[in-house]
Amino acid sequence: MEPAAADALMRAITEVIGNASSVHSFGQLAKAGLDDARAAVAALIGAEPAEVVFTSGGTESDNLALRGAAEEVPATRRRHVIVSAIEHEAVLNTVKAMARHGWKVTVLPVGASGVVATDALRDAIDDQTAIVSVMHANNELGTIQPVDELAAISHDHGALFHTDAVQSAGKLPLNARASGVDLLSLSSHKFGGPKGVGALWIRRGLSLRAVMTGGRQERGRRAGTENVPAIMAMGVAAAIARDRLPASSERIAVLRDRLEASILAGVPGSVVNGASRPRTPNTTNISFDHVEGEALVMALDMEGIAVSTGSACSSGTLEPSHVLRAIGLPPSRVQSAIRFSLGPQTTDAEIDRVSTTVSSVVARLRGISGRRSEG
Amino acid sequence: MRVVVAMSGGVDSSVAAALLVEAGHDVVGMSMQLYDQEQGDARFGTCCTIDDLHDARRVATVLGIPHYIVNLERRFEQVVVENFVSEYAAGRTPIPCVHCNSDLKFDTLVERAAGLEADAVATGHYARISRSDDGVFHLKRGIDDTKDQGYFLFALTQAQLSRALFPVGHLHKRDVRDRARARRLPVSEKPDSQEICFVPDGDYAALVTRRLDGDRSGLMVDTEGRVVGRHPGVHHFTIGQRKGLGVAMGEPAYVVKLDAGQRLVTIGPRTALERTSLTASRVNWIAGTVPAGRIRVGAQIRHRHLAAAASVEPIEADRVRVEFDAPQVAVAPGQAVVFYREDDVLGGGWID
Repeated sequence: MEPAAADALMRAITEVIGNASSVHSFGQLAKAGLDDARAAVAALIGAEPAEVVFTSGGTESDNLALRGAAEEVPATRRRHVIVSAIEHEAVLNTVKAMARHGWKVTVLPVGASGVVATDALRDAIDDQTAIVSVMHANNELGTIQPVDELAAISHDHGALFHTDAVQSAGKLPLNARASGVDLLSLSSHKFGGPKGVGALWIRRGLSLRAVMTGGRQERGRRAGTENVPAIMAMGVAAAIARDRLPASSERIAVLRDRLEASILAGVPGSVVNGASRPRTPNTTNISFDHVEGEALVMALDMEGIAVSTGSACSSGTLEPSHVLRAIGLPPSRVQSAIRFSLGPQTTDAEIDRVSTTVSSVVARLRGISGRRSEG
Repeated sequence: MRVVVAMSGGVDSSVAAALLVEAGHDVVGMSMQLYDQEQGDARFGTCCTIDDLHDARRVATVLGIPHYIVNLERRFEQVVVENFVSEYAAGRTPIPCVHCNSDLKFDTLVERAAGLEADAVATGHYARISRSDDGVFHLKRGIDDTKDQGYFLFALTQAQLSRALFPVGHLHKRDVRDRARARRLPVSEKPDSQEICFVPDGDYAALVTRRLDGDRSGLMVDTEGRVVGRHPGVHHFTIGQRKGLGVAMGEPAYVVKLDAGQRLVTIGPRTALERTSLTASRVNWIAGTVPAGRIRVGAQIRHRHLAAAASVEPIEADRVRVEFDAPQVAVAPGQAVVFYREDDVLGGGWID
C-alpha cells in the first residue's frame, strides 16, 4: 500500500469514529472524509464527485453496474448483454447469473492481439441489447481495449456501455466523462489504496437500481454503512496516483520493456503473450516453452520473486487462464505462461535480478521435464 | 536439506511437516487440488476439499513454511476417477488410493520437488523406509497396526523410495494427535479422513452410475445358474458383499462372482467365496528385482485383511501366482494383493 494511504487508514480508524450518516459532529467528520475521498477519486478518473459510488471493490462495482442496469431496463424490454471473452470473472460470472434469469448473453471473441475488434461488437449488437461491458485494460495481458469506440457503437444502438477499469485506474490517465462510457468500475488496491474498497462511476443522469438494498447511503445506490477509513485511504491513494501520472507510468513502462527484452534475449523459447500496443505499463505475460507455469511460479517464489499464472484466485489454486485460451493460444503456451507485475517501487536492480533468476530457473525446470520425457 | 511435504490438511501430514521443520530441514508444503470444486458431481467430505487446502495453508503459516497448491484436477480425473469408474463397470473392485499415490502424488511431488531443488519428498503415510547395506531401499509397515498404510504403497519404485520420507510412520496415531495438540496445530482435532476421498458418502455405485450411460441391469443367479432376481448393474456390487442384494435365500447370501460381459451377478453361500489361489498382474517388487522362484510370504488381499500365509511364484515378468495355505474369503478382482515378510512390504500386484 502507498505509505501515505496506510497512514490515512490508521489515522482514520482511531480518529474518525463517527458514522457518516449521523448528524453529530463525529458523524460530520466522517461525512467530510467521504466527501474528500469522493472528490479525489472523481478527479482521478475525470468525473464529478456526485457520480462516484463507493463499493467493497471492483467485483461489487461490476455487479452493481450490470445487475443494477439490468434491473432498470425491464421498461425497455431489452434482455441482451454483450461482454468480451477476456473479462474478469466478476463480469463473466455475473452475466452467467443473468443468463439464468433469462438474459441472452453474447461473448465477443478476442484475437491473438488481446484486443476486442470493434467489428465484433457491430456484428453482435442489435436493438435488443441493453448493456455492453468491455474492460478498459485486461488484467492478465495489460492490453487496452478501444472503449471509446465500443461505447459509441453501443450508444448508436441505444445500449449502455460499462467498462471495468480496475487495471487502468491510477495507471493510465482516464477521462470518464469525455470517453463516452456510462459506467466505470475501479478498485482501490490496484492504485495503492487498501483492499476491500472500490467505486463505480455512474454517468450523471443515468438511473441504476441498487443491488445492495437497505439505507439511503450513497444516494440510495448502495446501502450499508460506508467503510469510512478504507474509503478515506483510497482517496489519499487516488490523489497521489493522479499527481504522479503520467510520469510514473512512463517510468514503469520503461522497466517493463527492459524486463521483457532481457527475458526474450536471455531465455530461448520465450514469447510475450498479447504484446500489442497500447498496454498498461505494469504488466507482461510471457510463455516459456517446455516449462509448466505452475512449477515456475513456485520456484520463483522460493527465490523471492512473486509472479502469477492466470489471475489470482480465491483458493490460491492455479487454473489455466481463460484469457489466454480466449486469445487462441495453444494449451502448451497457456500452461507455460506467467504474468509479471511491476509497481511504483520496482527498481532497475530488481529487473536485473528477475531476468537472471528467471533464466536460471527456466533452465533448471527444462532439465527436469527433459529427464522425465526421456525416462 | 530441502524437503517438499505433501500436506492434505489432515493431522498426519501436518505433524509430518512439523517434525521435519523441528529436525531442522528447509521444508516446503505442497497441497494437491484433486477435484474441480465448482462442478464436482458430489460434495466432498473429508479430503481434497477447498477447506482442507485452507487447513493445510493455516498449518503451513503456523509452521512458517512456504506452501503451494498444485492443481491436479485434470490428471486426477484421468488417472484415478476414470479408472475407478471403468473398473467398477467391469465388475472389479478398484482401490483408487494406490493409483493416486503411486501414479499421481509421488510422481508429481518428485517432479515439483526437483524444480525447487529439494532433496526429498515427505508424506503423512503410516509406513517406514529403511536402506540396507547393499543400497536397496525397503518399505515397512507403519508402527501403528490400526493405521498402517504400507498396503497402499506397494507400487512405489526404488527411485521413488530413495527420495521419500514418512515422518509419522514410526508413531502411533494417538501420539501423532498428541504432537499436533502440543504444537497447537489448527487441525489437531480434525477427524480422520475416509479412504476414498471423492466418494465421501460412501455411495460408489451412485458415482459410477452418474458416469455411465444406458441400462446396465441384468440377472442375478445362484451358483447353480438359477435366476433369483434382477440387479441394476454389476457396478453396484463387490465380491463378498452381503447387504443390499434384494433376495432372500434362506441362508446368508454373498456376491461370489461378477460378470460384466454377461451382466451376471452370482450369489451363493459363504463357502462359495473361498479361494485357495489367485493370479495377479502388474506386480511391483519393492527391491526392484523379481524373486528367482517360489517364496513364502504373508499375503494381504484387502487393506483390512490379516496377511495370510502363502507362496508366491513369478509366472511372467510382471505376473505372479499366489497359493494360500488356507482358503481365503472374498478375493476381489481389482483389489491389490500385497506380500509381506513380517513388517517388510515385499511388493504386490493387482488381482486378476
